[in-house]
Order: sequence, then structure tokens, then C-alpha cells
Amino acid sequence: MKIIATIKRTPQRDTRMKLTPEGGLVTDQLQYEVNPFDELAVEEGLRLREKHGGEVIAVTVGPAGLSEQLQTALAMGADRALRVDTDQPLDPLQTATALAAAVRKESPDLVLMGKLAIDAENGQVPLMLAELLDWPHASFASKIEVDPAAKIARVTCEVDGGLETVEVGLPAVITTDLRLNEPRYASLPGILKAKKKPSDVMPLAEVADLPEQGLKVAAYHTLPPRQAGEIVESVEELAARLIAKNLV
Amino acid sequence: MSDVLIVLIPGGETPSRSELAALGFGLKAAGLVGGACDALLLGPNASSAAAGVAEHGARTVLVGDHADLAKPTGEAHAAAIGAVAKSGGYRLVAGPATTAMRDCLPRVAARLKAPMASDVLALGECDGSKIGITKPSFSGNLLADVDLVGPAAVATCRASSFDPPAATGAAAPIKAAELPATLAHARKKFVEMNRTPLERPELTEADTVVSGGRGTRGAEGFKLLEELADVLGAAVGASRAVVDAGWMPNDFQVGQTGKVIAPKLYIGCGLSGAIQHLAGMRNSKTIVAINKDANAPIFEVADYGLVADLFEAVPALTAAVKKHRG
Ligand SMILES: Cc1cc2nc3c(=O)[nH]c(=O)nc-3n(C[C@H](O)[C@H](O)[C@H](O)COP(=O)(O)OP(=O)(O)OC[C@H]3O[C@@H](n4cnc5c(N)ncnc54)[C@H](O)[C@@H]3O)c2cc1C
Repeated sequence: MKIIATIKRTPQRDTRMKLTPEGGLVTDQLQYEVNPFDELAVEEGLRLREKHGGEVIAVTVGPAGLSEQLQTALAMGADRALRVDTDQPLDPLQTATALAAAVRKESPDLVLMGKLAIDAENGQVPLMLAELLDWPHASFASKIEVDPAAKIARVTCEVDGGLETVEVGLPAVITTDLRLNEPRYASLPGILKAKKKPSDVMPLAEVADLPEQGLKVAAYHTLPPRQAGEIVESVEELAARLIAKNLV
Repeated sequence: MSDVLIVLIPGGETPSRSELAALGFGLKAAGLVGGACDALLLGPNASSAAAGVAEHGARTVLVGDHADLAKPTGEAHAAAIGAVAKSGGYRLVAGPATTAMRDCLPRVAARLKAPMASDVLALGECDGSKIGITKPSFSGNLLADVDLVGPAAVATCRASSFDPPAATGAAAPIKAAELPATLAHARKKFVEMNRTPLERPELTEADTVVSGGRGTRGAEGFKLLEELADVLGAAVGASRAVVDAGWMPNDFQVGQTGKVIAPKLYIGCGLSGAIQHLAGMRNSKTIVAINKDANAPIFEVADYGLVADLFEAVPALTAAVKKHRG
């Protein structure tokens, strides 16, 4: 099986972001990592390869700095990397269009993607990609079973109200949720090997029909602070407060 | 091109508070862009829920009932919504940020070649060329003001941030939506849905939520929380750590990647208050935290904090509430 796992780089997961007075992001001190949901996608790709054979290609869209996150995927065990090269910030539909070009070039059996990037919190690119390719998709996967001969994946999805199971014919796009797996750490030999693995670059100019940017972030704000709370000394005091406020 | 289409996949025969809140979002958006708001109801409950929706200010209620929506997939929903959106030439197509809508609206956006905003918290400036919205970003740590530029846009809204519109006293006409003959994708099949049995109110609809973290130490500890929830008529929620450990079902998770809730009262017991958890509950009107670690971050957002062992404090609180209620 040929599997693509897509990657975005996001600020380290518990970073408290700082803002400029104009509402821009302060990025010079930021430490980046592979978006946690994309790490699950890479891990799942590796597990499917271990079971069914084939190769895992880590794919991203963005500037050369992203090579670091591609190296992480290669060090985890991905076979090679592909980056659609651009310095300009792309919106979700543009990103999906660029990824679609990379996917068409590789024609994999499966594209695994994080269900959400923890920075922009849009959760749009995977389904936009599926639509652009006219492929089926499965979202929020907590279990993926593939039958490569029948070209089918059976996917358990974490949805409101419980767990839904769907079947998608391959090729398909599947997005990963938290309980799908536990991503492995890159080992030292893995890190050394990663440096020798092939890493291709595709210029953004090769992407046909890139739409105009439709989503633009004008400014960021911090959240309105919550009023300082009160530490109560006992359960009786807590109950009294809640009763006084008519909350219980 | 200045009308708004609100899409609902009704969960029951009458619209829920959050479904009506999404309609409230649509009416507000329609006011800002200078158009009318239609509602598109999809699926087996569409016909029965239509009357309840029609009283709340929509111009027209479109009912999309179709064999392919009996056991629907995101692809089928997207095909239905895409067809109605195209023929109606809507300025904005939106729905509540449920998993079902998140599983189809990005496909609709790609069909329409339109930008999309996810999890809208507020509407900003709108004009002929853009729709301004505010949404969470960076694990709910920041708010982003976003412009959706172009003739059409797609969005999901956070229902807890909008009010359900009052009944108008007049009913909108209810019409059948014109849908393509086939909605299903040739290579996608619904297999089964395993519903979490629900013994208490739905998390996103409840006025009170009792939520537990790893400090509960397992299903036994959660019993204490459930007893408190039952005296309060509350829903039960959980942190990711609890769901990962298998103590509670996945759809009880509150947080950035679980349910986002804003009840009148949130009681968090034995959970640390990681930013991803806060992202799901920090808009609760009153937050109570019970944690034995005085330095737990949950106390930074709590209106009332109690530094205590939950195994003693929660049963005592249950007893106190019972006594108060007589
Ligand atoms: C990409 C990503 C997405 C995530 N999404 C979510 C999400 O949606 N929701 C979510 O909740 N988390 C999410 N997380 C996980 C989050 O970062 C935390 O790991 C998680 O919320 C911790 O759960 P917890 O508070 O139950 O456990 P812990 O952090 O282990 O906290 C347990 C707390 O219980 C207290 N305690 C222990 N015993 C007792 C006792 N007897 N009495 C009282 N207090 C006690 C301790 O003092 C401690 O504060 C996400 C993480 C990532 C990376």
C-alpha cells in the first residue's frame, strides 16, 4: 500500500501565544512540532505499512523551515518526504488544492491526515482535499482496518452520540482522532537514517487552479479574562455560595 | 446573493436548543448581510422538526428527506447541501459545529470554491465582499478575527455562543428541497452507529455539568460524580485522560477536541484544567473546581475553588444539595 500522511507544523502544544499590540502573533521565540493529530496520522501509516507492506510518504505544504517536521516523520519511519514549496500563507482551500496536486502526482491508496491543526483550529483541509479529488473520506477515526486486496477501509469514527462505523473504498482520505494510536518517538538510529531518506520539493507554481485566498485572519485577541475567583474553605461554604446564587 | 442558508440535521422530532441557536446565528448573519435566512432540514427527522423551526423567523424551511439520508454519510450530506446552496445562490451556508456538520461542510465549501470559517463565536463587520467573524484558535487560547472574502462563504457556528430566536407567532412556509437523484458516494458506506446509552441530559444541552478528571481514579470514582449529577439533574463530562483510560465513552469528553459547552454551572472534580480542557468549558457561567492540588490551573478560571480530596468533598456536596432541596 502506498500511504500519504500529511503534516503541518504547529507551536508546541502547551504554548501560551503572545501578541503584538496590533494583534499579530509573536513568532520569534516559538518552538514548533508536528501537529499532534498529524503525528497520529504518521503513526497509523507506519502501522499499516508494517502490516500490509508498501511505503509511507510524509507530505506538507509550506516553507523550507518545514523540513524539520518532515525529518521528524522520516525519523519515526516514513520512507520519503514531499514538500510543496511556498513562503506565502495559504488558506485551507488553497492548501487543499496544493495537496491535491501532490496527491495526484503520487496517486496513493490512502491519505491520512490529522482531524484538526491545533493552531488555526479549522479542521477543513482533509474534506476539501477529498472533495477536490472526488474521493470518499472518513473523519475522526479511532480505529482503521484496511483490506488492501478488496481496496476497502473500515473505520470507526468518534462522533457526537457514540461511535460510528463506515466503509470507504480506496483511495480515500481518513482523518485521525486522539484515541487512534500512541505515536512512537523517533529513535536515534531513526534520526540518523532520516537524513539519508529522499525528500522532494514541488514548486507551488506546478499547482494548477490555485484559488484566490478567501480566508484572511485580520487580528488575534486574547480571551476576555475571567473575574478572579474565590477559594472556599469547606464543602458547607461551597454549598452555601451555590445555594445563594440559586445554582443548585 | 445576500441570503443565508442554515443547515440542520435534526436529532429529534422537535428542534433542540442548540439547533435553534444555529438558526439564531443565521438570522443574525442575514441581518448583517441584508438578506433573508432559509433553513434546510435534512434526514429522517426533517419533516417532523420543520414545524418547530418554521415558527422562529426563517423565511422558508426546506425539508430534504431522501433515501440516501436514512443512513447518511458526510458525502451524502455534502451532495444535498451543495445542490441546495448552488440553486439558491446563498451568500452564506452554515450549520452548528456538530461532528455531522464538520463531516460535510468543508466538502460543500470546496464544491462552492468558497472560504469557510469553523466554530464561529461572533459575527463582525459584513459587506458585499466579506463576512467578518470571530473564532477560537491556538487551543482556544486566542480569538481570531477572520474575514471570509468572496461572493459565497461557509461556516459552522458554536451554538452555545448564540441565542435561540423567540417564536414569531407566524410560521414560515415549509417546502421540499430539490435534491439530486443520488446523494451517496459510490465508494462510501454507512455500516453502523453504536450510540452511547444516555442516562442523563445531553452535555451540550444541560444547564449543569459535573465533570471528572484522572483524579477520580476510575469508574468507581465517577459514581460519586454521577450521584451528584443525579441530584442536580446534570450532565456528566470528562477530561481526555479519563476517556483515553476507557473510564468514560469518547463523546463525554469536554475540550478543544471534545464537546464545547457553556452551562450555567460547571463542577470540575479531580481534573487539572489543561488548556485543551479549558477550551471546552471556560465559557460556563459559573465554574466550580474541586482539586486537592492548590496549584492546579483549573483554579485560575474557577469562580469557586475548593482544595480538597474529591472522594470526601463530592459526597459531602451531594448530601448538602439533597438537604437543601429537602
Ligand atoms: C492535541 C491535544 C488535544 C487535547 N484535547 C483535549 C480535550 O479535548 N479535553 C481534555 O480534557 N484534554 C485534552 N487534551 C489533554 C490535556 O492536555 C490533558 O492531558 C488532560 O486534560 C488531563 O486530564 P486530567 O485533568 O483529567 O488529568 P491530570 O492532568 O492528570 O489531572 C488530574 C488532576 O486530579 C487531581 N487529583 C488527583 N487525585 C485527586 C483527588 N483524590 N481529589 C481531588 N483532586 C485530585 C490532581 O491534583 C490533578 O490536578 C488534549 C491534548 C492534546 C495534546
